[in-house]
Amino acid sequence: MPRLVTASRFADPDAAYVALVDARRGLSLEAAADLDAKLVLILANHIGDLEVLREAIALAKGAARQ
Amino acid sequence: MASVAATEHGRTAVYRYGFRRSPDQDAATPVRHPVVVVGAGPVGLTAAIDLALRGVPVVILDDADRIGEGSRGICWAKRTLEIWDRLGVAAGMVEKGVTWKLGKVFCGDDLVYAFDLLPEDGHKMPAFINLQQYYVEGALVERAAGLDGIDLRWRNKVVGLAPGNDRARLAIETPEGRYHLDADWVIAADGARSALRDLLGLSFRGVTFEDQFLIADVRMAADFPTERRFWFNPTFHSGQSSLMHRQPDNVWRIDLQLDPRADATEEQRPERVIPRLKRVLGDIPFELEWVSLYRFNCRRLDRFVHGRVIFVGDAAHQVSPFGARGANSGVQDAENLAWKLAAVLRGEAAAALLVSYESERMQAADENIAHSTRSTDFIAPHSAAERRLRDAVLALAPRAEFARRMVNSGRLSVATVHDSPLSSPDESPFAGIARLGAPVPDAPLRDRDGAQGFLLERLRGTPELLWVADGARPQPPPGVALTVIGEDLVDDAGLFAARFDATPGAAFLLRPDQHLAARWRSFDRAKAGAALDRMLAR
Repeated sequence: MPRLVTASRFADPDAAYVALVDARRGLSLEAAADLDAKLVLILANHIGDLEVLREAIALAKGAARQ
Repeated sequence: MASVAATEHGRTAVYRYGFRRSPDQDAATPVRHPVVVVGAGPVGLTAAIDLALRGVPVVILDDADRIGEGSRGICWAKRTLEIWDRLGVAAGMVEKGVTWKLGKVFCGDDLVYAFDLLPEDGHKMPAFINLQQYYVEGALVERAAGLDGIDLRWRNKVVGLAPGNDRARLAIETPEGRYHLDADWVIAADGARSALRDLLGLSFRGVTFEDQFLIADVRMAADFPTERRFWFNPTFHSGQSSLMHRQPDNVWRIDLQLDPRADATEEQRPERVIPRLKRVLGDIPFELEWVSLYRFNCRRLDRFVHGRVIFVGDAAHQVSPFGARGANSGVQDAENLAWKLAAVLRGEAAAALLVSYESERMQAADENIAHSTRSTDFIAPHSAAERRLRDAVLALAPRAEFARRMVNSGRLSVATVHDSPLSSPDESPFAGIARLGAPVPDAPLRDRDGAQGFLLERLRGTPELLWVADGARPQPPPGVALTVIGEDLVDDAGLFAARFDATPGAAFLLRPDQHLAARWRSFDRAKAGAALDRMLAR
């Protein structure tokens, strides 16, 4: 029974996306990758659930690169 | 007026109008008019027709003598159609136009997201129609020509503007020389390259996007679905965004994102455009109708009201086309302004009412700019790092609902809910979808004679009280029309009740532009009077 929530949880998903875009505005790919690595660690700790984290990793790996 | 000459089909469809000398040009001193509208586009014509129907005579000046260099605006939203229905022009447009409500978003060649813009029945007007702007303008010009209060002057180019305390003086260039007019109020509806804006030395604040978009209208017999179809990274257009939309007469709109460095002149040459379109359309034979290249702006004036000159539409604010928020918001500007200006000119309201035009429509412009900016950021990322994030959303979209919700190919125009000084705050909670400061929702209703119709087409264009029958008919304040739901109009389907959360005795005060100004669980004449005063800023 998966525990990862993939249903939309933001009241305003566009605003959440904009926050993530704004965070990387003006950054190189390299610098954005650094930012994302830190974001992953911060959010993983916030979730604090190893099973959910593993499901999220599986989803991310399974999604084909566009 | 010299009337419509012909509709040509071919590379440009054109209605042509002649210059006609006005007696004002022979006056010894400038003739004074209550309202002069500059610009005979959809926004200026809407404002003029609305004012004329409210008894205010209007002079319209336009520097051109024709309509129809290309389709330009094609998507007309439900609220715009409701406004035009009130003005008596929507029926023909809806009949001619292509009605649609479904949108599909593809990534590569795969469908990732679909949306329905009007999933419920019981509205007179559809979510959207597609109709070439020249047909819209042609219908509005025809309507204006049938109204005594409108004096439409082609090839009248405004070249000077002298602001005054109680009027503005316009200098106008015509084929038969220059003349001057005084206007109590000038409505600047002269578009993105507004001459009036330049004459007042006003500038825009906002952003211009680097990416360019090729916009082409092609004529072809294709059986693609009547849907808005948008592609991210399609194989037929080497990784750039594309949009396809149906118009009447077998004309299709195709938008193709181009590189920021693309050569604007070169890219518009048929030798360049046609091979690009062949990659999109495959073997279907087509004829190129119109092509244009755009770089989008999201920006607005700091203020819309400058003394006696009031800016509306593209002259006041601009957005990218993803979301159909340009012309649609302009038409809503026009409706918002028309009843207020009419009330001020008739002495029923103080000029302070016009302050609410500015505050309401600047809110709408900011909302439209925010949506349009977000969409354009998603469609045309600014950098490799932003594109990587966007592509991650698209990659997750087929398998995660949260990502589908972030896919943004344009959030389509809906009526703004204005946080308005004209609204009286609710005293008790209301459910339903009606909102203070927004146009009221439509609903099917039956009249006393048994004829089926809709709420919005029954509204009178004045302040109006809708009261849900519960005993003796109330007496509304002077100047307010009364409609009793359950007697004058009957809610058989129960959709009025559901959409307004209308319980017996509930009362709803509507503005002349069909916006909800106040509501109560029971009618109280003193409260209704106070709400009316607030609605008229008096």
